[in-house]
Amino acid sequence: MPSEAAAEARPPPQSFHGSRATIAVIGNPNTGKSTLFNSLTGLRQKTANYPGVTVERHTGIAMLGDQEVVLIDLPGAYSLAAQSPDEMVAIDVLMGGEVELEPPDTILIVVDAANLRRNLFLVSQILELGKPVVVALNMADLADRKGIRIDCEELAMLLDSAVVPFVATVGRGIDELKQALADALEQGPANRPLVMPEVRRAAKTIARGLPNAGRTALEYQTERAIIDDGGEAEKRLANLGGDEVAGKILEIRSSVGGDESLAAVEAKRRYIGIDYIMKRVETRGKPVQSIFAQADRVTNHPLIGAILFVLVMGTVFQAVFSWATPIMDFIDAGTSWLGGSVRVLLPAGALSSLLVDGIIAGVGSVIVFLPQILILFAFIIFLEDSGYMARAAFLMDRLMRQCGLSGQSFIPMLSSFACAVPGIMATRIIPNRRDRIATILAAPFMTCSARLPVYALLISAFIPQQHFFFGIINLQGLVLFGLYMLGIFAGIFTALLLKRSALKGPTPTFLIELPPYRLPNLKSMLIRLFDRGKIFLVRAGTIIFTVAVVVWALAYFPRTAAIADQFDVERAAAATILNEEALTARLTEINNAETSAYLEQSYLGRMGKTVQPLFAPLGWDWKVSAAVIASFPAREVVVAVLGTIYSVGSDVDETDARLANRLRSATWPSGQPVFTLGMAVGLLIFYAFCLQCAATIAIMRRETNGWTWPIFAWAYMTTLGYLGALLANQLGS
Amino acid sequence: MQSRSMTLDDLKPGQKGTISSISGVGPLVQRLMALGLLEGSEIAMLRKALGGDPVEVEVMGYALSLRRDEARRIEVVTGDAV
Ligand SMILES: Nc1nc2c(ncn2[C@@H]2O[C@H](COP(=O)(O)OP(=O)(O)O)[C@@H](O)[C@H]2O)c(=O)[nH]1
Repeated sequence: MPSEAAAEARPPPQSFHGSRATIAVIGNPNTGKSTLFNSLTGLRQKTANYPGVTVERHTGIAMLGDQEVVLIDLPGAYSLAAQSPDEMVAIDVLMGGEVELEPPDTILIVVDAANLRRNLFLVSQILELGKPVVVALNMADLADRKGIRIDCEELAMLLDSAVVPFVATVGRGIDELKQALADALEQGPANRPLVMPEVRRAAKTIARGLPNAGRTALEYQTERAIIDDGGEAEKRLANLGGDEVAGKILEIRSSVGGDESLAAVEAKRRYIGIDYIMKRVETRGKPVQSIFAQADRVTNHPLIGAILFVLVMGTVFQAVFSWATPIMDFIDAGTSWLGGSVRVLLPAGALSSLLVDGIIAGVGSVIVFLPQILILFAFIIFLEDSGYMARAAFLMDRLMRQCGLSGQSFIPMLSSFACAVPGIMATRIIPNRRDRIATILAAPFMTCSARLPVYALLISAFIPQQHFFFGIINLQGLVLFGLYMLGIFAGIFTALLLKRSALKGPTPTFLIELPPYRLPNLKSMLIRLFDRGKIFLVRAGTIIFTVAVVVWALAYFPRTAAIADQFDVERAAAATILNEEALTARLTEINNAETSAYLEQSYLGRMGKTVQPLFAPLGWDWKVSAAVIASFPAREVVVAVLGTIYSVGSDVDETDARLANRLRSATWPSGQPVFTLGMAVGLLIFYAFCLQCAATIAIMRRETNGWTWPIFAWAYMTTLGYLGALLANQLGS
Repeated sequence: MQSRSMTLDDLKPGQKGTISSISGVGPLVQRLMALGLLEGSEIAMLRKALGGDPVEVEVMGYALSLRRDEARRIEVVTGDAV
């Protein structure tokens, strides 16, 4: 593994592709495409985004003998008919359309052998592209168990392509597959019969009159535009060709289809061909019963299924919060220890502070979330690969529809209770773009684990320890519960609001396959876990880290000599009059006061004072304002910053009673307390709503492929937080 | 053979039918057809979620879930139900 990872890090020759041949990999969802892709490429993979869409560009390098080839993984699809820009990516990549890429040399289609008939629909569309094609007949083991026998030679002849039986989970057939791919790369274009020849002819004529004429990509796009009424290709063509072309399209539609839509004509003709093939290649014997086959009776049962679902989700949560805690504590302890050692080794000053308070603390704050995130990812990947995710969507669809979403939004939302980053990344299973974005915007409202330290500190400081109902209900717990509910309602409200306005559109369909339960493949899971972990560390990590250093600098500089002198005098004075024991205590006090004096006149302190008037209606003084500003990049930072400002040393945590006491006794110059109940509740609400997380913003940008949504989310959530805090403070006073 | 026309969502869990027509045009219908739900295809109701929505059906040997509103657009005939 390490050597492969190193190979990936090596700078590629000119581009990632270089002069290497390219193979596009496509297939229906749940056919084992990722497993196959991973078994061919291992860790030599890269993910990026295609311009303008939210689909990932996932590529990898495979060795065919001693030839290196580039594999391009396309999103799972049942058909090439594209109804959104995201779905158009398949055609663009396969034909070398709008995306500035050469078309692939060969296409590898992954087919579920146990489900051949439906899979052949996509196959028949792809064969018409005229490229050399290799069909990997995956899940050959499952087909065997179901008693399905497929005559591969006959199938290869009928399809005019190579057909290789394959078992992706164990790599059975991999040598034959590689050989077939190598052979296909040697072949020229193939001329296969068309299902809709009259449409292709018409498309050619139309394409000749368009700008960029002469490209086969354009011809194929035009063909899809004619067939897919209201689809993405038609929209694109309308932009290119205008009314004249639109008129021609209508003409062809009625001359070929008559009363019927061309989509229906296409489907019927393809399935007639498919049924002919199926008769000749497939024989069904007696299936061997699998224990999984009947599992849906239980897992999708209205009642038992629901109970099981709660248990599964409970386990996930338990794991994320309890298994991760010891590792997180260990990382925390490691960071403090490292910081402490560096502080001892280096002379006090800017360098030591940069290393300890900036870099070590910054890196620590990223890594500390890694255990939770990896555990969560591992569960999500397991649930996806085993097939349970589709059941969860089935069970939750009704509920999620009330929020304007579909069942597929449930898991991402739930994951966001641990951290919005994996939650947002899990939205990739949502095919509908509007639903996906609404879910991405609702996800950060869920109470993530980084909010807990702030909640714990403020609740313990300002919410009285009261019990109701014979001590069963505790007011502090009730407030915490209320904050969770507040997040949930705000998320639902946001999703509803968006689906009624900016993301308005026809009710998305909920058409998902419930694939048979399968045992996930460990290697494939680990590769995916590695990939997602890497994305978190690279994207989120670099941002959190940079920001941590910037916040450190703002809080550290400038250093004025006047303060140093003043406190040196105090220290000297203390040394002359106190005994040793009292002196140590006094010195800590002086040091803390010095830190806080520095902070007051630091850039951060000045910023706090400058923006304080803005926050005055919320009841915040400059100290709270500064702490809130510092925690915009990462909300959990607020506890440490408050600790510094209230001069109890910067290594406090939320359970520190000293800090809670200091907060309670903080006063305005007039002597009135800063933290009134209304103000404290307002601050809690502010933290419940506000998008104070650079990592979430980075992942939002990545997943929506642009700055529009993250900027909107930030502005919207901050406004909501401000208004909530304002309301609470005004009501409370 | 006696037959009665109804829509897919009327099928009871375990009941089988044959698709007689799919009403409407557009993306949804195109998707359904690509998935093999055509006139003449056999279809079986496997089960329904709480409240009867969404439903899980079997076509061409695989399980598919769709909402009741979508199932209503698919007309089926059954041989056994009279
Ligand atoms: N039995 C068996 N299971 C497989 C095979 N290929 C993939 N799987 C399993 O099928 C599930 C879905 O695979 P995945 O690669 O995620 O499918 P994708 O949705 O097409 O990318 C996983 O649990 C895999 O372990 C195979 O050839 N045989």
